[in-house]
This record gives sequence, C-alpha cells and structure tokens, in this order.
Amino acid sequence: MQLEYVGAFQIVLGIIARFWPVWLALAIIVVPSFAYRARLGLYGQLFDTGVGITGVLVCLFWLFTAIFSARIAPFDPLDQIVVMKNALPGAMVPDDGGVFLLGGDKLARDVFSRMVYGSRIVLIIAPTATAFALMVGITLGLPAGYYGGRIDSFLSFLANLVLAFPVILLFYLLVTPGIMDTPIPYGMAGLFFLFPIIFFGALFYTRFKGRPQLLLLQLAVTFVIGGWVYAGLVFNADPLGLISIRPNELNIFVAVVFASSPGVFRIVRGLVMDIKTRDYVAAAQTRGETPWYIMLWEVLPNARGPLIVDACLRIGYTTILLGTLGYFGLGLAPESPDWGTAIKDSSRLLRSHIHPALPPVFALMSFVLGLNLLADALREQSLKD
Amino acid sequence: MFIFVLRRLGGMMLTMLCLTLVVFFMVNLEPNLTKLALSQMDMRASRADQENWLERNGYRQPFLVRYGQWIGVVKKQPIINPETGAATARFSFCDDPTEPVYSGILQGDFGCSTKFRTRVADKLFPALGATGTLMFWVMVTMVPISLLIGVLAGMREGSRTDRSLSVASITTTATPEYVSGVIFTVIFASWLGWLNGSAASATRAGVNFYNFTLPVMTMAIYGTGYIARMTRASMVEVMTQQYIRTARLKGLSFSGVVIKHALRNALIAPFTVIMLQFPWLLTGVVIVEVMFRYQGFGFTLVEAAGNNDIDLLLGCSLVSVFVVLSTQLISDVGYAYLNPRIRVQ
Repeated sequence: MQLEYVGAFQIVLGIIARFWPVWLALAIIVVPSFAYRARLGLYGQLFDTGVGITGVLVCLFWLFTAIFSARIAPFDPLDQIVVMKNALPGAMVPDDGGVFLLGGDKLARDVFSRMVYGSRIVLIIAPTATAFALMVGITLGLPAGYYGGRIDSFLSFLANLVLAFPVILLFYLLVTPGIMDTPIPYGMAGLFFLFPIIFFGALFYTRFKGRPQLLLLQLAVTFVIGGWVYAGLVFNADPLGLISIRPNELNIFVAVVFASSPGVFRIVRGLVMDIKTRDYVAAAQTRGETPWYIMLWEVLPNARGPLIVDACLRIGYTTILLGTLGYFGLGLAPESPDWGTAIKDSSRLLRSHIHPALPPVFALMSFVLGLNLLADALREQSLKD
Repeated sequence: MFIFVLRRLGGMMLTMLCLTLVVFFMVNLEPNLTKLALSQMDMRASRADQENWLERNGYRQPFLVRYGQWIGVVKKQPIINPETGAATARFSFCDDPTEPVYSGILQGDFGCSTKFRTRVADKLFPALGATGTLMFWVMVTMVPISLLIGVLAGMREGSRTDRSLSVASITTTATPEYVSGVIFTVIFASWLGWLNGSAASATRAGVNFYNFTLPVMTMAIYGTGYIARMTRASMVEVMTQQYIRTARLKGLSFSGVVIKHALRNALIAPFTVIMLQFPWLLTGVVIVEVMFRYQGFGFTLVEAAGNNDIDLLLGCSLVSVFVVLSTQLISDVGYAYLNPRIRVQ
C-alpha cells in the first residue's frame, strides 16, 4: 500500500505546532523571569549569560514536554498501526488524517509520540533518584566529614567499594528480572527511603528542640508524609492509592540511587572537611551547639553552592545511566518508550532505517546538554560571589 | 612512600575480597542459579531436573565452601557417582580435576565458563587483549586531543576560543557512547559510507582504519570533554600564578611562556583525571563493544552476565575491580611523584 507523505517544511511546522503547550508555558515562565531577573537572586543571574539562558530553556522545555506529553503526542506511544511499519518521516496515516511526523519504528509505532512520552519516564526517574542519592550522600557525608576518625574510615571504605564497581556490572547484578523474586531490591529501597525521613527529622529536631509545639507539628508532618511515601514506594501499600511504583521501576530506582550516592557522599565529605575549619563553626561549637545542629544548620547551608551545581550535573549523569539501562534492556519493559530503550531498538537497524534512531538520540543529548550548561552557568555565578 | 604503597595494596586486597564476595552472593541467588540451570539444559527441563543438575555440579554446597573453592583455600571436589563411587570431572570441557585439589584464584585457576564451554582464562585473557588494543587507540586519540583543547582554552581565559572550546567540551560530556555511536554510524557509515559500522571483522581479520575508527571515535569523544575541562581549569589556575607574570614581564613571548613555563605545571592535574577515567572507560568499553560487535572484554562481560556464567562473571569483575583500584593507586603515587609539593603521608 502506497503511503502519502507531507513535505519537510510541513514536518517542521507540524512539530513546532504540536509543542504549543510547551511554548506557551515557556513564555509564561521565562518572560517574567527575564524581566525581573535582577530581583530573583541566583536564578535571575542565570539569565545574564547565553549559556545560562540556553540551559534554562532546554531544561524547562523538556520539563514541560514531560508534563504535557499526553497533549503533545498525537498518538499513543504503544499503538501499532501496521501499515506504518518503518514509515519515513511525514507519512500520513491512511483514513485517519494523522501524520507520523518523525516516521514509524519497526513495530509501526509513532517515533515522535514515543520520544515525547519517553521524556516523562526520564524526567520522573532521573530527578527523584538524584534527590534520594543527595539525601543518602548528605546524611552519611556530614558525619563522615565532621567527625572523621572511625566513622569516616568505615563509610569511606563502603563508598569506595561501590565506586570501585564498574557501573555496568553493578547494573547487571542488581537489575536482572530474577532479582525481583528476592527481597534484595525491597530491602535496599527500605534502607534508602529511610534517609529522607531521618534527614528531615534531624533537621527539624536540632533547630526547634527548644519549641516543643512547633517541633511536634513538624515531626508529625515529616513522619506522616514520609511514612505515606515510604509505604507507597517500598511496600506498594499506599492507603490512598496515589503513590505506586512497579517492581521493575523500583528496581531501577534503587540501582541508580545506589550507584550515584557514593559520589555525593565523597563531595559532601570533602566540603564538610573544608568548611568545619571556618570561624563560624568554631563559634557555634563555643556556643555549645550539638554536632548535628552544626552539621545541618551551619555547615550544610554553606556547602549549597557546589551541591546545587553537582545536583544539576548528577541529574544529567543519572539520565545517561537510565539510558544505559535502557540500552542494555535492563529493568525497563521492552515496549517502554524511554529514550534508552528506543536507542537500543533502533540502533540495531541503522543499516536499513536511520530515522527511528535520531529523535531519542537528540532528545537525550539535548536534555543532558541543557543540564550541563545550567550547571556550568551556576558554577560561574557562584564563583563570582 | 614504600609503606604507603604497601598499605594501599593491603586495602586493595581487602576491597577485592569484599567485592568478589558480593558478586559471588549476587550470582548465586536462587533466580540466577535457575537461569544457569535452564541455560545449561534445554528450556523444558523440569524443576526436579534443574535441581538435580545444580546438586550434581556442586552448586548446592554451602556458600562459604564454594567461595573458598573459588579463591583456592578449600579443595574442589569432583563429582562422585553415588552408585559406582567413581569420580568424574565436574566440567569435562575445561579439564576439571578428578581428585580433590586446591584450585582457585590463588592457584591461578579462574574456573570454568559454562557459556563458552572452555576455561575462563582461555576466554578472558584474549578478550582482554582485544580490549587492550581498543583502549590503546582510544588513549592515543583522546589524550593528545583533549590536552590540546584544554590548553588552548585555558591559555586565555574568557576569550572567544575559550568560550567555544568550553561549549564544545560540555557538549561531548553530554553525549554518552550509545548516543555518539548512533550519530557517528549514521553520518560515517549510513550516509557517507566511509567507515564500517561494525567492528566484527576486527576480531577475525585484524584491526584496520575502516573497521576500527568508529568504535575508537565513539569511546574517545565522551572522555575528551571531561579531560579537556580539567586541563582548562588547571591551565587557568597556572596562568594566574606569579611566575607566569614574571616570565611575561621579563619579555618572553606568550607562546614561549605557555610552552616552557605553564604547560608542565598545568599537566599534573589532568594526569590524575586521565588515570581516574579508566573506570568510566570500562562502562564505555561494554557499550561500544556491544554496539559495534567487537569481541573484547565488555562483550564477554555482557555474555557472562546475560547467561549467569558464574566463574566468567567473577573473573570479569575481578579484572575490572583490579583495573579500577590499580589505576587509583597509580594516580596517587604518580601525582606525588610529579608534584613535589604533595607529600604522601
């Protein structure tokens, strides 16, 4: 059956038109930010350089694409329309009127829609996994750097153990389908997801010890929200049914957190060892503040600059890790539209068709590039102060 | 210095022991053993048959005994036929002993690959050689290019060259191997047709420009940006030093100052970075070898992991952990050696 095609110009126009919610949201966010950039602190300073603007724009673009993906994508990412198998970009679906803007893949699915939906998977897992890795790294790195001695040797030894593992071997061991029958991923998830609760609990406790009523309220909120998320993620038993995660996603999540938290640990430890020699820490010690108060309320806020930069870079790195997992077919479902899996599927057929490979490749690259540019601009700004 | 190296070597041994124990534990999880039994028998083997096979080949011995056998501190037992009492080797295809002997890593026996039906050493070391070739060419291209970019960018901080080279190196750090591999294959193999999109022939017929450029390029590009940025940072720092100003003021040309005074001091930090790149390169090796079908270490690792080939996977992890730890040691020692200001305690 002969397919009809639209021209290259119409493809470009079509793609730009499909992204209309993103353009709208970008305009709403970016124009005021740019106008009031002088008053917006570190975020506003990003708009002073070309690198910073590009970074913010690219990151926001993918963020909004992920949020509005259901509206942007013309087709369902799993729908197969048989005649469209390996269709070239711009092919029109017979008797439907829709256009496969970037062509169809080997299973006759719309490449464009899959790329758009892929952003959703990446932008949910990568930032949350990074956030958890930050929590784990900070909670362990603070005492290691502050106390030094045995705690430091022990924790550093553990961190070096994980870092000495080649990432890919770690993934092959931790993210095999069989491992979901064992309690290992759940045990590790249970351990990792405890850290945010411990972190926030300690944060509020050290600061508001003298004001029991406020403390009680804050601890209650921490434990209720933390416990709710914990129940949903680890035991898959959220009483409200809002938070749920599939076992394979939990597995990926745990593996990514496990692989990237030692890096955070090392950075935090180094920063703390540097900062603890400052005068304000000595002043706090003289005042008789507890060690954890000093770590969480004196040292940590002063380490935020490098940590924010590292977080940006780390989200990009986590995206690359997710792509690696997808590329080796580990963890994610084989029909999942995420970019790594899409690259795996299409890179085997590059000899015959190149068009299904390019959209996920450029999507992944641009997102990581945006984050790297953002990190670079942030670093420049924090060095200026 | 000697004591320092000795202590580090001790730490390395301990780390390797811990890591192999973890790997050993992971590959011996029940689902993985089932996978192994299934891959060794035909797919329709019943639960009892699998159990039988695992029992007969010694996979049901206590965990620590088996780990000890692998290390070489516990004797490996042959299969004893319960009726006749005759001893046969566990795996005939890699001449396992027929009487109990110590035969583990300490004795130089890496064990038996169930997937490739040969001794692990016979599979692993040729693969390492192949990967060594790849690594050599990657280093030969990556290191000079990235140092050049870094020095050029850091020479005059804030200039147009600096900005464009910095953006270029940020871009390369945002392209992991599976991304650059696809882009290069599309450009150079599918579109221009200059290069071969597969390195499978490099394994058989030897390495040449036509089949080896794409894997080398793909691997080199990800590390280039990172090393270049580190070199740039180090170069920028050196260029603000007093002795550079002195050299400029006494009338030396800019290029003379850069080459004679700045370069040597600026290249100390990148040395460490290059050494610490090896662990990252290991991941890259796996991706590139799978993508371009080059039968090296990474390819072997994936095959071993995919089939839960216990001894081969353990051998692979031992080798990779050894590489990572020894490059860390070399980078520490070399840093102290290159930079007299650093004294190793």
